[in-house]
Amino acid sequence: MSDSDTSIQETETKPVVENQQELPKFEKDHSDKITAKFGSKTEIAFVKPDRIRVNVKKEDILDVASFIRDELNYDHAESVTGVDFPADKEIEVVYHLGSYTDPQLSRQVLSLATRAPREDNPNPGNDSTKLPSLRDIFYSVEFHERECFEMLGVFFEGHPDNRRLLLPEDWADLPPLRKDFAIKGR
Amino acid sequence: MTARLPPGLQLEKVDDRIMTLNVGPQHPGSGHMRLIIKVDGDYIVSCDPDPGYVHRGEEKMAEYRNYITNIPHLERPVIHDSCNILYPYCLGVEELLGIEVPERAKYVRVIASELNRFTYTLYWLGIYGIFLGHSTMFMWPMGDREFAIDLLEKLTGARVTHSYFVPGGIRNDAPANFEDVCLRQINYLEKRLKTYADIFYDNPILIARTEKTGVLSREDAIRLGTTGTVLRASGVDYDVRTKEPYDVYDELDVHTNVLKNGDSYDRSKTPWLDMLESCNIIRQALEKMPKSGSVRVKLKPNPKGGNDEVYKRVESGRGSLGVYIVSRSKPEPYRVKLSVGSFRNLICMPYLLKGEKLGNMPAVYWSLNYWPVEADR
Repeated sequence: MSDSDTSIQETETKPVVENQQELPKFEKDHSDKITAKFGSKTEIAFVKPDRIRVNVKKEDILDVASFIRDELNYDHAESVTGVDFPADKEIEVVYHLGSYTDPQLSRQVLSLATRAPREDNPNPGNDSTKLPSLRDIFYSVEFHERECFEMLGVFFEGHPDNRRLLLPEDWADLPPLRKDFAIKGR
Repeated sequence: MTARLPPGLQLEKVDDRIMTLNVGPQHPGSGHMRLIIKVDGDYIVSCDPDPGYVHRGEEKMAEYRNYITNIPHLERPVIHDSCNILYPYCLGVEELLGIEVPERAKYVRVIASELNRFTYTLYWLGIYGIFLGHSTMFMWPMGDREFAIDLLEKLTGARVTHSYFVPGGIRNDAPANFEDVCLRQINYLEKRLKTYADIFYDNPILIARTEKTGVLSREDAIRLGTTGTVLRASGVDYDVRTKEPYDVYDELDVHTNVLKNGDSYDRSKTPWLDMLESCNIIRQALEKMPKSGSVRVKLKPNPKGGNDEVYKRVESGRGSLGVYIVSRSKPEPYRVKLSVGSFRNLICMPYLLKGEKLGNMPAVYWSLNYWPVEADR
């Protein structure tokens, strides 16, 4: 049990939900299934009505994502968001997963979050900011991950097409959604 | 070693038979984006969509402005569907700040967002018509769109960029005679919409042009994570308004239109059926709406969200529109992500265009209900 104790008291920048008297039952059952399977490898950050958030380490994300797809019936990704945390020297990538096939899950959005190390002088694709790609598990993340790569410099290993999407091909500045990329005049 | 050009600028060695064709970004057939198409004779071998021509960094700008001053620029990606793109943002900020919206404001919001579905979809339908060479179908929607725009102008004061929704309600109440005018114009608009079937949807030329082109099967639609009209045209019954009702949609009777074939014809018909359904929704909302009452909760200046995050979604003209807001106890959001229907549907373009004739490209491309400016953000 000592493992799970240390994993709960991690960095304080993660969202904290307090005073949650009664967790919603359906969502609680779902998060319990993930905890029962993976134990201390995953951390349930919050359980709100229709929303669950699961934090995993990047080594475990492929296993957890396969479990979510095969056992919990989530079948597509709605969005992939990169969030930069310079103070933690980490970049967080959040997958918002939903389901079309399971009518019980039509209200649910499951956030699967993982973190990649962040470097101060990024060299996108050639530095340590790398994560395994979920493209083989959720096909729909293909363009979302490409966007995340150019906007935050997170390289997705195993992605077949790691090219720029929205930015110009000859963009040579910092990835623009990092916090140290400043807008002129602001 | 020779200097390597960045990917995308390299010239590829191409087969003698195969020719690379740049469609766009200035070419009107592709909207504000480029499609790199390889053709073998008349058939498309591969298609590589290259969006980003109108990328304006909305998400980055949102990190520098507070929750209220974010409103006008966040609606810029789709100015003629501006209520729907602000809707999830306002719902999210309300949840972060713990605000309950007055009942009348909820109904006016539903009416405004359904009217916006008209202004967006009629604009899209006009473009779809003209790219299929059907210029009447360009003129009629553009003309009928004015009715919805007039109503929105009466309601919000602006023809397109309304900035009408604010966290806590709506900016100002509907004018006194709005309900009567709205009901009259919606009834007329519904009558007009039904005539579109005679000229466009039952037209044998359109059917020959679009039926069985760009077929997206149900399994592929789910696997590719498509949304909105593209998904419903492929036989998946999914609409955020019924599956996860927001504001007062759970009190209204919303029918979801699902078509089976998943070809360009069905994809072009679903938005039209959605507009007819919007007429029903607006009539119900006008009937159930409280006749008076407050429409806006007054906020503190520079409100701060907690150490929290929120993901809210609504059904826009192009599908599910999600907004993910990360808040870190500051007046400005830490991160705002717009997960827009156009960007999510972009992924089907390479799959649908492969093997099609080049002449069918506009019929498939525009049937995806795709708005490049929204996809680029």
